[in-house]
Amino acid sequence: MNLKTASNSVPPAEPRNEQRNYCIGLCLALVLTVIAFGLVWLKMVSGTQALAVLGVLALVQVVVHLRFFLHIDLGKSHRDDLMLILFTSLILLLIVLGTIWILWDQHARMM
Amino acid sequence: MNAPQPLHPGVNLDVTDRKSHEKASEVIFGFWIFLMSDLVLFAALFATYAAMSTQGIAQGPAPSEVFDLGSAFIETLLLLLSSFTFGFAILAMKYSTSRLRLLAWLGVTAVLGAAFVAFELHDYYVMIVNNDAWPQTSGFLSAYYLLTGTHAVHVSAGILWMIVLAVQVMTLGTNPLVKLRLLRLALFWHMLDIVWVGIFTFVYLFGVAA
Repeated sequence: MNLKTASNSVPPAEPRNEQRNYCIGLCLALVLTVIAFGLVWLKMVSGTQALAVLGVLALVQVVVHLRFFLHIDLGKSHRDDLMLILFTSLILLLIVLGTIWILWDQHARMM
Repeated sequence: MNAPQPLHPGVNLDVTDRKSHEKASEVIFGFWIFLMSDLVLFAALFATYAAMSTQGIAQGPAPSEVFDLGSAFIETLLLLLSSFTFGFAILAMKYSTSRLRLLAWLGVTAVLGAAFVAFELHDYYVMIVNNDAWPQTSGFLSAYYLLTGTHAVHVSAGILWMIVLAVQVMTLGTNPLVKLRLLRLALFWHMLDIVWVGIFTFVYLFGVAA
């Protein structure tokens, strides 16, 4: 391994820091997953309300994954990737909402 | 080159391997573009599923009759844990001088991934045997098998890819090329877990709760 540049620049805290990041991500994701499944198991949500609550939980969990597993943050050096992700999210939103809207409308007209 | 700069999101190799790090930003950004276009594919499948699962049930079973939440929960845990262990594989690659630790974490990840695929195939089997829920039964089931099947195929491809890279680590060692390949596979694997968050929420949980 190429360690010649490393000998004096590795702060001993860093590996531990990065490990901790993954552990935080795992814990948060576990908590969010258990809440989502718990709500449905205990029949505490239903219908449109379920869609909203579960949707928000999923969104938070996606952000947790992006932050702690994929390490996307708002730092300056990551702007390109952040732009790429935000732009793709916009496209995804258009595809999903557009499809649902149009097909729903078609369905209503055919009833 | 003074203070190491993070060149790309994700684990940067700067502190332990400058040479790999300098080549990383380009290939990793390119891989992000692939990942995002892959997500567009999944978005189209999700949209189809959203329309089909409410309007395409026909004479077949409804989502709440065929889904087994317990099994979906186990699959979620398996995939989440595998994402976590892959993170540790990458850290082992970055900091540890022995290949064994990297290979061990990769092995754990592959086994968890394989268990996930096995559970999913078992789900399909149970659905078909108990509910006669074939893909051709209704639009809802076609869309369901297409969406979850595409995801399972991605996971299986990821496992194959992991085996190939494990062989490369054993034969070529952790040279810069192999390291960058592993970094990209890690991104792919984490992204599949994100897609699964969408699947377990909108397919399984919302299917049962609605």
